[in-house]
Amino acid sequence: MQKSKPELQTEIKKRIAVTKFWDKVFLITGLLSTLVGLVLLFTLMADLFVNGFPRLSYKFLTSFPSRFPEEAGILSAWVGSFLVLLVTALASIPLGIAAGIYLEEYARKNWLTDIIEINIANLAGVPSIVYGLLALGLFVNFFKFGESILTGGLALALLILPMVIMATREAIRAIPNSIREASYALGATKWQTVQSHIIPYSTGGILTGVIIGLSRAIGETAPIITVGALTFIAFLPTSPFSSEFPFISFKWLLDPFTVMPIQMFNWVSRPQHEFQLNAAAAGIVLMIMTLLMNGVAIYIRYRFRRKIKW
Amino acid sequence: MIKVIEMAHNSYRKLKEKTIETALFLSALSSVLITIGIVVVLSYESFGFFKEISLREFFTETQWTPLFAEPKFGILPLVSGTLLTTAIALIVALPLGLTVTVYLSEYAPHKVREVIKPILELLAAVPTVVYGYFALLFLTPILQKFIPDLSGFNALSPGIIMGIMIIPYVSSVSEDAMKAVPMHIREGSYAMGATKLQTAFKVVIPSAFSGIAAAFIIGISRAIGETMVVAIAAGGMPNLTANPLEPVQTLTAYIVQVSLGDAPHGTVEYKTIFAAGITLFFMTLGFNILGFWLRKRIREVY
Repeated sequence: MQKSKPELQTEIKKRIAVTKFWDKVFLITGLLSTLVGLVLLFTLMADLFVNGFPRLSYKFLTSFPSRFPEEAGILSAWVGSFLVLLVTALASIPLGIAAGIYLEEYARKNWLTDIIEINIANLAGVPSIVYGLLALGLFVNFFKFGESILTGGLALALLILPMVIMATREAIRAIPNSIREASYALGATKWQTVQSHIIPYSTGGILTGVIIGLSRAIGETAPIITVGALTFIAFLPTSPFSSEFPFISFKWLLDPFTVMPIQMFNWVSRPQHEFQLNAAAAGIVLMIMTLLMNGVAIYIRYRFRRKIKW
Repeated sequence: MIKVIEMAHNSYRKLKEKTIETALFLSALSSVLITIGIVVVLSYESFGFFKEISLREFFTETQWTPLFAEPKFGILPLVSGTLLTTAIALIVALPLGLTVTVYLSEYAPHKVREVIKPILELLAAVPTVVYGYFALLFLTPILQKFIPDLSGFNALSPGIIMGIMIIPYVSSVSEDAMKAVPMHIREGSYAMGATKLQTAFKVVIPSAFSGIAAAFIIGISRAIGETMVVAIAAGGMPNLTANPLEPVQTLTAYIVQVSLGDAPHGTVEYKTIFAAGITLFFMTLGFNILGFWLRKRIREVY
C-alpha cells in the first residue's frame, strides 16, 4: 500500500528524531565514561589525602620504619628510591639514547634492524615482574651483585630502556630532513650532524620520555621485590662521601635497600589500621613524586614545542 | 705535505665515524640481549624445576601447594586466577575504553580533548601499589555493602581497578587506529545523512577494527602481567575457581609472595617462581605477538 506524502514525511521526521536522540545519548554516555577515569583518579587522591595527611610530618620523612606505627617513617625508603633511581638513570639514559639514534639515523633496512625493532616492541610488553626474575637470575645469582642497590637500579634500567628508546626515536623522527641535508651540504659527517643538529633538536622530546620513564621506575614495586629488596631496613646505605682518602666511596652500590613502594606495600599488607594510615601517607609522598615528574615532563614538552617551529 | 696531512685527517675522521657507529649499533643490539637474557634465565632456572616435576603434573594437577609438606605443583589454579582477574578487567575496560575512545576521537571538541587526554594518561602514571591500596581499603569495603558475600580478599575489586587502569593504554592505541581512518570515509557517511554515532559504529570502527582489537590485546597482556594490585587485594590463595567473590592468586602474586619470604638459590621454592615466570612470559608473549601483527595490518589497509 502506498503511503500518502504527509504520512511519509512524519515517518521520516520521526526516524531522524530517533537517530538524533541516540546520538545525544551516546554523547552523554561518552562524557560520563571519560569521567569514570577522572573520578577514580580524584577519589583515589582524596582517599589517600584524608587518611594519610595527618601522619605526614617532618618526623615521618626522617624516621626509620618501626614496630610502632606512630614512630615509623620513610627515611630509608626515600633514600633508597633516590639511589636506585640514580643507578637506573645512569644506566638507561645513555644506552637508550644511543640505541634510538642508531635506529633512526644509522640503521639500514635489513633483517637485523627488523629484529631489533620487533624486539623493542615486544620488550615494552613484557610484564615488569619478568624483568625482576631476569635480574634475580642474572645480577643476583650469576654476577653476584647481591640484593643490592646496584641490582635494583639495573633491573629498573632494563625495564625502562624500551621507553627511552621509543621516546628518542619519536623525538628524532620529528626533525625534518631538510635540517640533515643542510648539514651534509656543508660537508659534515654523519656524527657531526647528529651531534650538532639531531641531538640538540630532539633534547626536549628525549627529556620528556626519560622523565616519564623514570617516574614509572620510581613507582615500580614488583621487580624490586623479586630481586629481594628487604621490607624492613632501619639503616642508611654507606655514605658516598668519606673523610678519608679517596673521599668518594661506591660501597653504597652493594648495600641492601628498600624503596618507597615496597615500604607502602609492607604497611598496606599489615592488618593494623594505624599501619594502613602510614601506607596512605607514604602513598601521598609517592604520588607527589610521580605527579611532579610527570608535570615537569609535560612542561618541558610544551616549552620545546613552542620554542622550535620548523 | 698538505696532502698527507689531509689524508691522515680523513682516515682519522673515517675511523672515528666507524667507531661511533659501532658503539651505537652495540647499544641498539643490547635490547636483543635483554630478550635473550630473559629467555635464557627463565628456561635455565625452570629447567631445574621441570627435571623434578613432570610437565604432565604441572599442567593437569589442580592444586598448587609448593610450600606444604606434601607439595603439589599444578599451575592451573594460578593460571585460572590470572585469567579471572584479567577477564574482569576486560569486562570493565572493553565498553568503557571503547566509549571513551569514540567520544574523544569523534565527538569531543579539540579543546576538551587537549585537557582530558593528559589527565587520563595520568591514570597510567599512578604507581600500581597505590591502586592496590585503593582496591583493598577503599573499593572492597564499598563493594561489600552491595555484595555481602564478598570476602575481604577477592578477584572482583582488583579486577575492576585494573580495568580502569588499562583504559589509557587501550584508548590511546585504538584512537590512533581510528585517526588513521581517512576523513573522506567519514564525510561519505555524513553526506548520506548519518549521525556521528552511526558513522562511528558502522563506518569508523569497522575500518579501524584490527587496530582496536590490537589495543585490547595489548590491554589484556598488561592485565595478565599486572602484579601489585592483585598481590595486595586478591589474597594469596591459589584457588581453582571462576567465582569473582572468592580470594584467588595470580601467577604474578605468587612470585611476589615467594620473593617476600626467604627462598634461597637452588631450592624448589626458588625454582617455582621461574616456572611461574616462564608461564607468564609465554602467555603475554602470545598476546603481544597477536597485537603486534594486528597493528601492522592497520597500516596496510590504506
